[in-house]
Amino acid sequence: MTRFTAEDALRSRWSPDAKPRAVRAFLAIAVLLAILTALLWVLATRLTGVPYLLSTLATATALLLALCCLGAAVAIQFSHLVGRILLRMAFPIFIVSLVGIILLAWAPSLLYQRVDALRAQSDNPGTPFLAAAEIEAHLTGAPATGRGWAALSAYVLWPLQFRLTRDVLAALGVLGFVSIVGAFGIWWERKVAGRMQSRLGPMRVGGWHGWAQSMADGLKLIQKEDVFLAGADRVLYRLAVYVSWPPAVVLFVALPFSAAWVGRDLDVGLLFVFAMLAVGVLGVLLAGWASNNKWSTLGAMREACQMISYEIPLGFCLLIPVMSAGTLRLTTIGQLQAGGFHTWLAFQNPFLLAAAILFFTATLAECKRAPFDLPEAESELVAGYLTEYSGFRWALFFFAEYAEMFAVAALGVILFFGAWHSPLPAHWGEPWRQGPLWQRALHGVLFGGPLWFVFKGFCLFYVQLWLRWTLPRIRLDQVMHACVQVMLPLAMIALLGNAVWELLVSPGGRLAWIVNVILTAIGLLTLLTTVGIIAYGYLNRRRLVGELAVDHLPGA
Amino acid sequence: MVDPVLSSPPEPLADADRVGPGEIRTEEMLINMGPQHPSTHGVLRLMLRTDGELVLECTPHIGYLHRCAEKLGENLTPVQFIPITDRLDYLAAMNNNHAYSLAIEKLVGMEVPERARYLRVIMCELNRIASHLVSFGSYGLDMGAFTPFLYGFREREYILDLFEQACGARLTYSYLSIGGVTQDIPDGWVERCTRFLDYFEPKIDEYNDLLSFNQIFVKRTAGVGVISAADAIAYGLTGPCLRGSGVKWDLRKCVPYEIYDRFEFDIPVGLAGGSDGIPREVVVGDSWNRYFVRMQEMKQSVRIIRQCLEQLPAGPVRAKVPRVLKLPAGEVYVETEGARGQIGFLVVGDGQAVPRRVKIRGPSFCNLSIAPLVCRQVLVADIAAIIGSIDVVMGEVDR
Repeated sequence: MTRFTAEDALRSRWSPDAKPRAVRAFLAIAVLLAILTALLWVLATRLTGVPYLLSTLATATALLLALCCLGAAVAIQFSHLVGRILLRMAFPIFIVSLVGIILLAWAPSLLYQRVDALRAQSDNPGTPFLAAAEIEAHLTGAPATGRGWAALSAYVLWPLQFRLTRDVLAALGVLGFVSIVGAFGIWWERKVAGRMQSRLGPMRVGGWHGWAQSMADGLKLIQKEDVFLAGADRVLYRLAVYVSWPPAVVLFVALPFSAAWVGRDLDVGLLFVFAMLAVGVLGVLLAGWASNNKWSTLGAMREACQMISYEIPLGFCLLIPVMSAGTLRLTTIGQLQAGGFHTWLAFQNPFLLAAAILFFTATLAECKRAPFDLPEAESELVAGYLTEYSGFRWALFFFAEYAEMFAVAALGVILFFGAWHSPLPAHWGEPWRQGPLWQRALHGVLFGGPLWFVFKGFCLFYVQLWLRWTLPRIRLDQVMHACVQVMLPLAMIALLGNAVWELLVSPGGRLAWIVNVILTAIGLLTLLTTVGIIAYGYLNRRRLVGELAVDHLPGA
Repeated sequence: MVDPVLSSPPEPLADADRVGPGEIRTEEMLINMGPQHPSTHGVLRLMLRTDGELVLECTPHIGYLHRCAEKLGENLTPVQFIPITDRLDYLAAMNNNHAYSLAIEKLVGMEVPERARYLRVIMCELNRIASHLVSFGSYGLDMGAFTPFLYGFREREYILDLFEQACGARLTYSYLSIGGVTQDIPDGWVERCTRFLDYFEPKIDEYNDLLSFNQIFVKRTAGVGVISAADAIAYGLTGPCLRGSGVKWDLRKCVPYEIYDRFEFDIPVGLAGGSDGIPREVVVGDSWNRYFVRMQEMKQSVRIIRQCLEQLPAGPVRAKVPRVLKLPAGEVYVETEGARGQIGFLVVGDGQAVPRRVKIRGPSFCNLSIAPLVCRQVLVADIAAIIGSIDVVMGEVDR
């Protein structure tokens, strides 16, 4: 079978002389820009009176543009090679960019430390902010000249003193992360679903296992017509998206990826996250009502019923770790669990473990995931509140859903499963903390940090996917029965039990120790069994699917 | 006919005028479920009169897939009409071919060769399995479980492969024809079929574990849409819908046609909960039982096919059919046990090559007639459970 490649696409759309013409054009622009750079440079160095920063910025911009044009010319000239490399190396490039983004996110925090240190050693600690010249003086240790690298660094560091700048940077970082979670989550869900159903899932876009499928879908959705149903409430119909999507992104600002990696370390972080999760529901109600479709309205009503039944047990489940930790600040709750698998909150007493399980069940309902996906139950309500949405509005709803899925998984990780700490006992890593750089780096990766946090979050995310593709859907009255008559009493009992436990059992005592050991053993056993089952399934995948299926579906 | 639902506008509840303090005035709502709806299995349109999520009344509207099948039967010779029968219940086309062929053969008085009769039974039973697999999968989908759907279709693919090897078609076979089957099976087909049966039989238990005994699935279907045996008989229900209500009636056993009297098999019927590993919530005649009868029937079909393959004789596969088959004057009615119930053909001949009259009894049509009775005072989600368990194919309802 011949495959339709990117080269074919390029060949069919470009006229024969388009390529050399494009190359020539880009080269010409690059040369012009290079000349401009040289001129600017001469002007900046020879002429006085031109602001230094302005001239430097202009020169740098011109140079950068020239390099971009040169790169474009090269890429077009060797398009057959570049296309092949992009297709073959898609996944490595994806991973490298991911790591690059993480490193890029690291840079601001390093710079924050630098500027905070400068402010600390300032001559008059009373001043709230340093001027750029002062920063430069501190950097060089000499009076400010306003020229050279020190001056440029000072200009870069100066805005980082302000909260606003940091918040904007954090918001950008969160937006980037949520986009990656959305795109990756949707692709992953489709792959998981495919594999569970002896299909392959997306395989084409991007070359490596269809990794770019979500992006292609996003591009397609942007281009679609923005359809309004006759009689739909245009204002509310549009508003619904903006009520549903931003909270799902904003809550990440308060979510600590590690002790230092948090957009805003709120002292009521948990409350904020919980509130933002609840606001998203309003968007669903609005969408259902404004669509002027009876199925959408039914979906919205279901969401309303579901919300009032699960939010209460969910709230109780959140109170239990808060009671044990004594704070609503998410970073503090995370820090409490440093030390290894056995120090995770879920294994401290039976009530916390029960709360963890109840919390996970309630969050499935919160995210409208199976078996609680009634508001969009496709076999009953067509697509529920989403029925009349299309194009990019629909995509934003979808993005919000996946962002929320990761958010609740991350919240579960922070509250119950050791936040950003690795399950390895922390004292194993002690000697490495003082070792050479590579040991310290390895320590950072192995014993904590955002990578563990994201990894654990995606593990819980995977369980959500797993359940969705395994379980049928519960009926509305059964959801309410389960939430109000089963989960709510259980959550109350767990809350009460935890209160009694906190009062009566001393933290370092014998009983606490024994229970901790037992619960840790149960947790380890569950973890190892799950890993074992997954490994068994993977190793025996052909036998489990069956001989005929293997003949039929070579990839299965 | 005046439609009772459409002719009357949605009326407010009887005491809507007297809204007390603190109460909210509510109205009933008319909802159109279908003809384009994911869980109405084709172009069925249900008008639901609902009070919120509660369905007060459900009226099926049919006819969106009407293709004048019976009138075509009066203008085509029997051999020409066979492809039309494929398109009635397109998920079990072999069974339709079979019923019509039997009717014509009875009218003409034709003897069918032994090998052809065995092949017919094999194909009908394979097609019954394929049809029940679709029913199993799409019922899972109706209940929100996506994965069984793909599994059901995966196993069905193998059956379609077998059909393709036998006759070249994967959906509309026209394989069982007047006088036998159109061509013999290729070499190695029997082995391939055995291999499939060996593979498939244990899978049924696997799917029971995955879906049938799943707690959520049982909660959704047990006790929902209960049809009493008396109602089932009164409304003319047949097939798994009738047997799900506990009536042990299967034409293959009760009025044996073709060669079904030579095989050993059981008739699965609806079971009461609490015994033999049947979930406690289950009652005879509910959606779960209608569904589970199909799962058990697949096992029985496997049993029949195994016996057929063992006994399969050699010989011709088609009787000599004259080029122009004159139908003698007379009237025959033949009913067989199709995948969804009893499919019957009434054929009236008057000495011409085309019948004077062809009347089809579609089991889905009769089964669907009970929907307004059971879809009362249930939730919207239960409508999917009930319609899915009745398992209609609109091609056969509308004809």
